[in-house]
Amino acid sequence: MFAVENGLQGDPRLQAISDAIRVIPHFPKTGIMFQDITTLLLDPLAFKHVVDIFVDRYKHMNISLVAGVEARGFIFGPSIALAIGAKFVPLRKPGKLPGRVISEEYELEYGSDRLEMSMEAVKSHERALVIDDLVATGGTLSASINLLERAGAEVVECACVVGLSKFKGQCRLNGKPLYVLVEPSHLDDLPIESISPSSN
Amino acid sequence: MQSIIAPLVSHRICLAPPPIPRHRLLSHRPHSIRLPSHRSTTSLRLFFSCAAASRDSEMAATTNDVQDPRIPKIASSIRVIPDFPKPGIMFQDITTLLLDTEAFRDTIDMFVERYKGKDISVVAGVEARGFIFGPPIALAIGAKFVPMRKPKKLPGKVISEEYSLEYGTDKIEMHVGAVEPGERAIIIDDLIATGGTLAAAIRLLERVGVKIVECACVIELPELKGRERLGETPLFILVSSAA
Repeated sequence: MFAVENGLQGDPRLQAISDAIRVIPHFPKTGIMFQDITTLLLDPLAFKHVVDIFVDRYKHMNISLVAGVEARGFIFGPSIALAIGAKFVPLRKPGKLPGRVISEEYELEYGSDRLEMSMEAVKSHERALVIDDLVATGGTLSASINLLERAGAEVVECACVVGLSKFKGQCRLNGKPLYVLVEPSHLDDLPIESISPSSN
Repeated sequence: MQSIIAPLVSHRICLAPPPIPRHRLLSHRPHSIRLPSHRSTTSLRLFFSCAAASRDSEMAATTNDVQDPRIPKIASSIRVIPDFPKPGIMFQDITTLLLDTEAFRDTIDMFVERYKGKDISVVAGVEARGFIFGPPIALAIGAKFVPMRKPKKLPGKVISEEYSLEYGTDKIEMHVGAVEPGERAIIIDDLIATGGTLAAAIRLLERVGVKIVECACVIELPELKGRERLGETPLFILVSSAA
């Protein structure tokens, strides 16, 4: 579900957020139009809008845990967690978290990867939110949902700044609702100066 | 500006803290001895809040000489994991701090209080744990957040800086155009050990004409003398952990 479908139609903050996201063509490989949220982070007001919209949505949902996917989920998750009084739980690539962890494998286009979570992070029946910057295939978010549910949490929703338009409507991921602020930006929408040369 | 230097107090049951040049301190008071708990190991930890700004740092005037009452809770929320990622290393795990909403809130508040209203327009955070602490600080002080990343993670044009590891080297990258000459920045990471990463981050920003007001970390491992690799850049930390 997109923010515009759920009460934020015409909210100028969404346009500001969309405008602040830079598109880098052919990164990390040919054919991919990479949605670069780092330019959003350079715009303190637009960045604040992202956090404010998520906080307004989740502050009364009795959420005690915000899980963020490494590494860009770390950028958005903690501010939301702090504002709604929830703990922040990093979901990390293998071998990064110390102590006892549980891990979940997920598919990539070629091959697979794993996501890990600390076993001490979750209390049973906690209500949790998963945050990442963008949802494309949903593989990483699905793995995140699985990790939290295996540890006994109830995943209330997954939230992303950017999502492909296929996630409109009542689209669910592993049975869980998805909340997205904006669709991907396009090269045509942007002034020329904000486009970075593709020869990186 | 008065500078008050409290004498170091050695306790017989723990290691004396390593000597810190007096000119680097405004106040230095050991707060508590942490005895082994179920979460920590057999070694003792001495925690003290060290306002590390050097005498001529512009931030020095804002440093209090009294231990902030929030420090003990922050310190006790950090878990020590022995032999991670390899034998002999006592890993300072901040994920337990993130699970303690009050401690996490206090951590961010302490940095925000220090840097708000100081005309800082850039908060640079080192991947990946710097991404956890940097953005909330940036948002609260109205600065932009600039991620400093491992190679090939940032799309578009980047500049990079190499730094030494125990064996070999690594690189840290930043976007071209993320910062402008003359901007004032702080650099955030969860912990300073040898100081290699932070020193590289300082060099990267200085190369593009940014003034680094201070480096700020939650934890310092003073025995590794990371502070000395930062050159003229002051370091502010909340908790010092001598294992």
